[in-house]
Amino acid sequence: MTSPAIRARSQAGFEIRTLLSNGEQLLVSLLLPALALVGLAVTSTPHLGPGRRIDIVVPSVLALAVVSTAFTGQAIATGFDRRYGVLRLLGITPLGRGGLLAGKAIAVVVIVALQTLVLGILGACFGWHPDGPGLFVGLLLMLVGTWTWVALALFISGILRAEAVLAVANLLWILFAGAGGLLLPTHRFPEAAGAVVRLLPSGALGDGLRDAMTGHFDSLVEPVLVLLVWGAVLTVATAKTFRWDDR
Amino acid sequence: MSAPVPPVIVDGVTHHYGSKLALHDMSWQAPQGAITCILGPNGAGKTSIMEMAEGLRRPESGTVRVLGNDPWHADADHRRRVGVMLQDGGLPGSVKPLRLLHHLASLYDETGELSSLVDELGIEEFRHTSLRRLSGGQRQRVALAAALVGQPDVVFLDEPSAGLDPHARLDVWDLVRRTRDRGCCVVVTTHSFEEAERLADRVIIVAAGTVATAGSVTEVSGTASLEDTYFSLTRIPGKTMR
Repeated sequence: MTSPAIRARSQAGFEIRTLLSNGEQLLVSLLLPALALVGLAVTSTPHLGPGRRIDIVVPSVLALAVVSTAFTGQAIATGFDRRYGVLRLLGITPLGRGGLLAGKAIAVVVIVALQTLVLGILGACFGWHPDGPGLFVGLLLMLVGTWTWVALALFISGILRAEAVLAVANLLWILFAGAGGLLLPTHRFPEAAGAVVRLLPSGALGDGLRDAMTGHFDSLVEPVLVLLVWGAVLTVATAKTFRWDDR
Repeated sequence: MSAPVPPVIVDGVTHHYGSKLALHDMSWQAPQGAITCILGPNGAGKTSIMEMAEGLRRPESGTVRVLGNDPWHADADHRRRVGVMLQDGGLPGSVKPLRLLHHLASLYDETGELSSLVDELGIEEFRHTSLRRLSGGQRQRVALAAALVGQPDVVFLDEPSAGLDPHARLDVWDLVRRTRDRGCCVVVTTHSFEEAERLADRVIIVAAGTVATAGSVTEVSGTASLEDTYFSLTRIPGKTMR
């Protein structure tokens, strides 16, 4: 009999191929972050603070890419999978609900890894030099961020209709990218606004990655704690509210 | 020698949706190597009891056993032996039919003859079209293939021929009969008297959440037609049925 791990891996492969063959998903996950990287790398506005600009731009764009895949992509995909009964059907195959969730988790991590590789190479073309240990810490932080944002995606897609998920996920992506601290460091915000944005998972992920990949480890505690608290709260909320079907 | 235990046993199931009574002390069995058709009007409880047998819904009271297991708590080994065709398909829109079927086949041990299923159901002709662009009948065929791809011992088909043209319906009926002939327990819900008369080894007519009658087509309808029997058993007082 095929093992649960093999079935979860098979589901992950299916999800990855589905995501990579979806034009809208590629646009949000890769093309728009790449355009943001190039745009921010070749201009001098907005001012991103002290340090080499490209070393701030790349982690910022990586944060945006995590949100694109782990949140926007997963929320929309899960919302429509539920609408079409895909979650119901796969949940009663040998894969089961646990295997389905594991497959989705593996798929998201693989896509985030691919994004990181592509955007990292693109960043290197513009002279990105991440801090050595900071790069490793940043990758760990991306894993934590992926968990937090997937939890938010499943929370939203579990309580809203598919069409509403589509609208909300895209709207939040724009808001988080523009004003949520993903691309712009929170210390560049007005003081009160910055204090609020730092407590959002977007601000925490953006600031955390920028600090980690530039070697500023002493300021990492707050963003890591914020991500962990959001991740735990959203995971519990999702476990209580998630619906596997629309009936 | 004792009779074999039927693979599907529904015993005294009662269930409410809010204050509405959906199933009331419903009991029936589906034997091995036979096609059991469940006939009933909309809201009679057909899909609800199917979902309980599939493990998608937990009965409020009473028991459902499939292959000796409680489907709600069933493990992967149980699910490997059960095929399901949902009323709403359960098919992801952005995927092409063969990729989905190959993926589903990979989740089972016995993948059977996927290529012959594809041939028999005429899926090859629209293999390059994503599922969301298929007609309702084409999606029905893919959903049926998805239910049979693991060569199940028990298969639940919720309105398998809905939306099919007459030729495709005959092909589907042939496939369902062959599935029965290899020993599978087939449970079908349908609104079609023709489908029940031509397919069923056993008919269960449900009304208002309970079994109105059950048996072979001849046992159920006697000298009357199945259609007349159905209407006499399912007519709601004061409501025009046709």
